[in-house]
Amino acid sequence: MTALLHVEKVGKRFGGFVALQDIDLEVQPGERLGLIGPNGSGKSTLVNCICGTLRNEQGSVSFGGAAMDGLTAHQRTRLGLARSFQLPRPFGSLTLAENLRIPILYAVNARGERTLSGAAIDARCLELLGQVGLADKARQMPRDLTQIEMRKLELARAMAADPKLLISDEAMAGLSHAEVDEILALLIRLNGQGVTVIMIEHIMRAVMAFSQRLAVLVAGRKIADGDPKAVVREPEVVRAYLGE
Amino acid sequence: MASLVAKDAEREAPRGLGHVAFILVMVAVAAVVFMITRSIGNSYAFFAAYVVVQYMVLGTAWNILGGYTGYVNFGVTAFFAIGAYSTVVLHKLTPWMPLPAMILIGGVMAALVGLGTGYLTLRLRGVFFSIATLALAVVVQTLITNWDFVGGARGAYVMRPRIAPLIGGDYIQYLFLVMLGLCVIALATARAIERSALGYGFAAIRDDEAAAEASGVPTLGLKLIATALSGGFMGMAGAPLPYYVTYLDPSSGFSLNYAVNAIAMPLIGGTSSWLGPIVGAILVGGLQEYIRVTISSAVNVLVAGVLMVAFVILAPQGIVGLFQRKKR
Repeated sequence: MTALLHVEKVGKRFGGFVALQDIDLEVQPGERLGLIGPNGSGKSTLVNCICGTLRNEQGSVSFGGAAMDGLTAHQRTRLGLARSFQLPRPFGSLTLAENLRIPILYAVNARGERTLSGAAIDARCLELLGQVGLADKARQMPRDLTQIEMRKLELARAMAADPKLLISDEAMAGLSHAEVDEILALLIRLNGQGVTVIMIEHIMRAVMAFSQRLAVLVAGRKIADGDPKAVVREPEVVRAYLGE
Repeated sequence: MASLVAKDAEREAPRGLGHVAFILVMVAVAAVVFMITRSIGNSYAFFAAYVVVQYMVLGTAWNILGGYTGYVNFGVTAFFAIGAYSTVVLHKLTPWMPLPAMILIGGVMAALVGLGTGYLTLRLRGVFFSIATLALAVVVQTLITNWDFVGGARGAYVMRPRIAPLIGGDYIQYLFLVMLGLCVIALATARAIERSALGYGFAAIRDDEAAAEASGVPTLGLKLIATALSGGFMGMAGAPLPYYVTYLDPSSGFSLNYAVNAIAMPLIGGTSSWLGPIVGAILVGGLQEYIRVTISSAVNVLVAGVLMVAFVILAPQGIVGLFQRKKR
């Protein structure tokens, strides 16, 4: 089986600072991958290189067997790669339903496999908002939302692009215990619908419950990759988190 | 680019009037306005009304980039004057050419400059883009001032025909009629953008460019469409100017008034809707024309400045925004 996402020897520098070095990562279709690492270890930089927000100087990223190097972020989204942002970035002047309309118009319709218009778009927006429990707020503005609702909107907007792969960048940070469970259930449900998910997270309880496989980044290098229970016991991983 | 155009045709279910109905209503309104102005039986009415309608086009053009897409253009005069000076050139080379054709050419010239400027400067965000457009205005003014063919710093005389074609009467009537037609086209375009995928793409760029890109919006392509459309309409608004003033020199063609008014009117009327620049132009432009004849021709600039400051502080959503909030 060919990998859905194939990251090969990716390196990224910011001036003299090496943010990522020789990162290799494969994600199989339908997989749930956890990605952890201390603050500043390069997780978000890796996401940005995969999604095209940043350009990696070394290595290459391929998706569905085709190299994506040189493609812009919106082209990668149209290929089926969606992300949520670490800090929610809703379109502030648009209602919740209109927020979801953007990826439907510009990712789903632009892809050309199916074209939604008029009432079909409205119905799809409501359906997606329903999946995250925000259907009754469809006509409200993002500024009226609570923190967890904002995270849900962020995920719903990523899902609106009909992705094959969803990268959730710390969707749970700062949420309460019960709210973490809610987002966790949501991501597992999406995975059940056939979407491959990469979850970046600090909350280990959620990471261990979610991940079928776990990769660990420390200081721009991948130091472990494998079965979650085994990975968290590896001495190098323990050292990175707890020190000597 | 082809995929962008294809999507543009794919509009949401129209709220209220359809596009054709809207254009018909606008044409009817324009016809009524023209008949009323004609019934006054005084050339001055046409001169004053022309200025207000010209600002409607200019404000609508600015709003496509500034209001919908969120890129503040301080270089209005560059595009406006490119349209005006393109007419000066055409008047010298091909004096037989009908005015609408000159307007079209002026608009295309300004749109091309808009496209080029956009390509070079749209990687600049926020205030840096605005400063770049300000620099553009200075560069274009310097080039025109040193271009002898269009009169350079001396300026150029453009004699307007005595009799208006098609409708008869004074030529200013024809100028006003053409500007009304241009205004209908600009408004129909702005309103169509608001309701199309293009409008949603512009709004996404205005709100958060990185999130827009992550949602599949080709931000650079859309911004180029916005700069070209905005610049093009500014050029078209400026193209009839030489026939209106009959003597055009750089200091009047590049007058700061155009830039201030083109920004002030959408801000005062409201930047979120096509109605905003219209309301702003009628209010500010009308007030300016009134003050110009009653108090002094210098005070009229103060009106735009004072109103703009007041609205930015007290009602940043503009007049249209005030009513929308009440409705909600």
